Amino acid sequence: MFRLLSLALTLWLTIPAVAVAQSLQDILQTHNEEVLNPGRQSVSVVLDDLIASGLPQALPFLEAWRDREIVQRSTDGLFFRAAEAGGTITLTDLDTAEVVGTSVSAELTESRPNGGVRRAIGDALVQFQLSDPDISRRQAAVDAIARSMDASQLAPLAASIAAEPDPDLKEVKTRLAGMLGALFAETQEARIAAIEALSGDLSVDVRAVLNTILATSPGVAVSVPEGANIAQVLVVGTDLSATDAYTRLVAAELAPALIPNNAIRDALVANIDGGMVGGLPVASLDTDAARATAYDTLAAAGTVAPRVTAEQQAEAVAAHTFYLQYAEPDPVITDAARFALDAIETKVALSQTVDLGLDALSLASIYFLAAIGLAITFGVMGVINMAHGEFIMMGAYTGFVVQQFVPDYTLSIIIALPLAFAITFGAGVTMERLVIRHLYHRPLETLLATFGISIALQQLAKNIFGTQARPLTSPEWLDGALVFNDVIAISYIRIAIFVLALLFLALILFVLKRTRLGLEVRAVTQNPGMAASMGINPDRINMLTFGLGSGIAGIAGVAIGLYAKVTSEMGADYIVQSFMTVVVGGVGNVWGTLAGASLIGFLQKGIEWLNPSNTLAAQTYMILFIILFIQFRPKGIVALKGRAAAD
Amino acid sequence: MRKTFISQNPSVLWFILALAIFTVVVTILSEVTGIGLISTSFVKTLGKTLCLCLVAIAMDVVWGYCGILSLGHFAFFGIGGYAVGMWLMYARTEGIVIESLAGQPLPPTPQEISDAIGNQIFGVVGSSEFPLIWGFADSLFLQLLMVILVPGLLALVFGWLAFRSRVTGVYLSILTQAMTLALALYLFQNDSGLRGNNGLSGLQNIPGYEDTSQAVISIVFFIASAIALAAGYIFFAWIVSGKMGSVVKGIRDNEARVRFLGYHVESYKLFIFTTTAVVAGIAGALYYPQAGIINPGEIAPIASIYLAVWVAIGGRGRLYGAAIGAAFVSLLSSWFTGGGAPNINLGFYVIQWTDWWLVLLGFSFVAVTLFFPKGIGGLFDLLVRKQQ
Repeated sequence: MFRLLSLALTLWLTIPAVAVAQSLQDILQTHNEEVLNPGRQSVSVVLDDLIASGLPQALPFLEAWRDREIVQRSTDGLFFRAAEAGGTITLTDLDTAEVVGTSVSAELTESRPNGGVRRAIGDALVQFQLSDPDISRRQAAVDAIARSMDASQLAPLAASIAAEPDPDLKEVKTRLAGMLGALFAETQEARIAAIEALSGDLSVDVRAVLNTILATSPGVAVSVPEGANIAQVLVVGTDLSATDAYTRLVAAELAPALIPNNAIRDALVANIDGGMVGGLPVASLDTDAARATAYDTLAAAGTVAPRVTAEQQAEAVAAHTFYLQYAEPDPVITDAARFALDAIETKVALSQTVDLGLDALSLASIYFLAAIGLAITFGVMGVINMAHGEFIMMGAYTGFVVQQFVPDYTLSIIIALPLAFAITFGAGVTMERLVIRHLYHRPLETLLATFGISIALQQLAKNIFGTQARPLTSPEWLDGALVFNDVIAISYIRIAIFVLALLFLALILFVLKRTRLGLEVRAVTQNPGMAASMGINPDRINMLTFGLGSGIAGIAGVAIGLYAKVTSEMGADYIVQSFMTVVVGGVGNVWGTLAGASLIGFLQKGIEWLNPSNTLAAQTYMILFIILFIQFRPKGIVALKGRAAAD
Repeated sequence: MRKTFISQNPSVLWFILALAIFTVVVTILSEVTGIGLISTSFVKTLGKTLCLCLVAIAMDVVWGYCGILSLGHFAFFGIGGYAVGMWLMYARTEGIVIESLAGQPLPPTPQEISDAIGNQIFGVVGSSEFPLIWGFADSLFLQLLMVILVPGLLALVFGWLAFRSRVTGVYLSILTQAMTLALALYLFQNDSGLRGNNGLSGLQNIPGYEDTSQAVISIVFFIASAIALAAGYIFFAWIVSGKMGSVVKGIRDNEARVRFLGYHVESYKLFIFTTTAVVAGIAGALYYPQAGIINPGEIAPIASIYLAVWVAIGGRGRLYGAAIGAAFVSLLSSWFTGGGAPNINLGFYVIQWTDWWLVLLGFSFVAVTLFFPKGIGGLFDLLVRKQQ
């Protein structure tokens, strides 16, 4: 029938002019009997004619027919679409879709297509929808097929491809037809050709199709059945535990069921007789062994089913063969599908590795951004700034506040970046002047004083902005992701953060190596006393360095806020990571921070990949690794040498 | 002339005396004697505060005397709490389970009891299997041993690794903080075997004393905490006053010089680090039965930093300073955050202390670090100097 349909469809598509003269009512009158009492066979005649007519009103008619809304008026034998509302029945003309009047049920005969007929109408509808002039209906039909693939859809879908005007949808249809072909094509050659055509495709639905072909069901028999398409014969002990094997035997009704402990208990409880059960007093049955003895006594008396002993279990398992059987009977097809799937999975694994690398790279750039400011203050001044995370938070909130005033997201980010730098630079310089300056010789106390500032700032932010997370919306051109194939994709925000990290690396290297300020900073780092006697003002340098480090934290805050939520606690989330980045990388060196961030980023992603369900465990293992790492390189990856390395 | 221990450390006598008077007064005023001026819940708060004082003293020894700013001592405190909490929870659940199974027609087998307890305890994290670390949970003695052994061994291994490779100063602080974070993150997992972020609960019910009122139990724990604090105080005062104390203080002031004098600096540091960790564990084991619940949030790095804050505000390098700092800040903190402090109406804005207390604490902490490096304990110096 489907061949007929597709043939008819092709005819209709090629010679539409023939059909225009007819009306729908005429066709229906020609097939009066088939419309009124459709049968599984007779309906195809009507459907063929309807399709051949090419009438646009055929589609709503088919829907109405399927939904049992078609009636025949006994006075003149005309067909109408009926709608009942409040006892009166409204009749609608099938050709013009205009209401022609009302009627009563006595003079109407309903057409009542049965289930099989309705399915046939539904298939014809798919065909109509697939060739509908409205692209959204065609799209919906294709989506419906993709959701639930069925053998009957293959022919209409394949037939509709050639005439598909939209190139994108045409491609989707071709792909879908390929998948349907792999599953349902009629000849072996056609299916194998379709399977081979799929093998370059990494998408999840193609893999699902191939896995459907390769679906297996477990089987058990005394010997492997002849002619079955066996995927694997399972070896008890390696592929399958003896317990599971016996469970399968029981499920296949090849062995008696085991009596579990609670069944023994229930059986004993049911047979308690005057404080005794199975010849033993009830009070003594507080071990499994005693219960088993009592149960065996009951079994010997024939009261309950006997227990299956371990030997019986082993014998039963040994006497049978366990195997996995393909649902697909043809081994040639399963082999082809296996080959195609293996090829796809190799490619997927490769792509996943690349994708993981990209993920790790973007995580590393986030860590780098968060830690580089800290590396400057810690490295140059030996000052542990516990409030560094709060500077990140201040930067992010600056971005949020700017967005409240500047609705254009692109513009607001452009304003927020320098503003965040300015604000946190100011905060850093203020903090350095008021607090840290007085504590240069007491590094541990700096740690605690800055921690005091940190909790104060955190609580202030909470008081001002509330505890709920605030959004920092990224500009539209940063939405979406750069997609390489079905597995490798990286969002534009992550790319932007990566680029930002690179920019900062270049900027800081430039400032430190090519400017007067950088020269003085490096001089103060190496030997403050000597630098001072050379006319450098260490106070000023310390102040500017601290401001610079804090300002960078502010910009990092805007960047981090773009992809994570802005909360008053976001700084605390990054502070320990940042410290570890700096310490692992090696203090006082930009390259060290880069190395530390890369190491931690890649390590964290690597551990997450090994144990994907558990980010907490990944973090735990990573911290343990870092603790061990510090044992072997206490000064980090890139350690300073010479005098500058002295504590 | 050889001075006696007490004459060298007059503060020990004063501290013990004050603590004894405080304990007696609180006991008399509690609900146990019928006077009831101090409610049971406040007795618990005071008992918990004494435990915090004990861990603060330990912190003071490791930081104020030995110069190691450990940001991980609250982890040891938490481990002590978990160790004792495992027994409390197991024994109590066992009692409940045996009682509920007693009504069954057949006496329960050991396996059935164990399964039922496992279901009760671990049902909340979707499991009923007993993890390996609960192997000793049925024995009070072994779990009490764990209170000492687990923090001790962890501190020993960690300290050995860290001191051996000469990790000092802020690096060590960050490393200890990383250790705390790792432990907290580990405990937050549901499959850590310690009920994930649910933690252990119902610890205020002591198995075997179901009929004893909470008023009595709270006083018993209060007195036990006071005794532990007194013992810890004497122990640490003894350690830091002898020859060993001098070496330890020398390490704080100039580690290299002490090493050049021929002392094995690492051993001293390791001893101090481990001992204080054990004391922290004991303090935790006394604290959590009074708190009633322990969860991984208690071990988060911030708790250890607060510990350092208490010691700094109380005054480093003097044991009574640490105890005063811990008591002062933690009681003040619960007064402010518990809504005890009156709100201040500025006309245009109402300062609610529940919101602003942390801001005040943060800035006053900066002020103490900057202007009163000796902390509250420094006030006693003024007192003593005036008398002379």
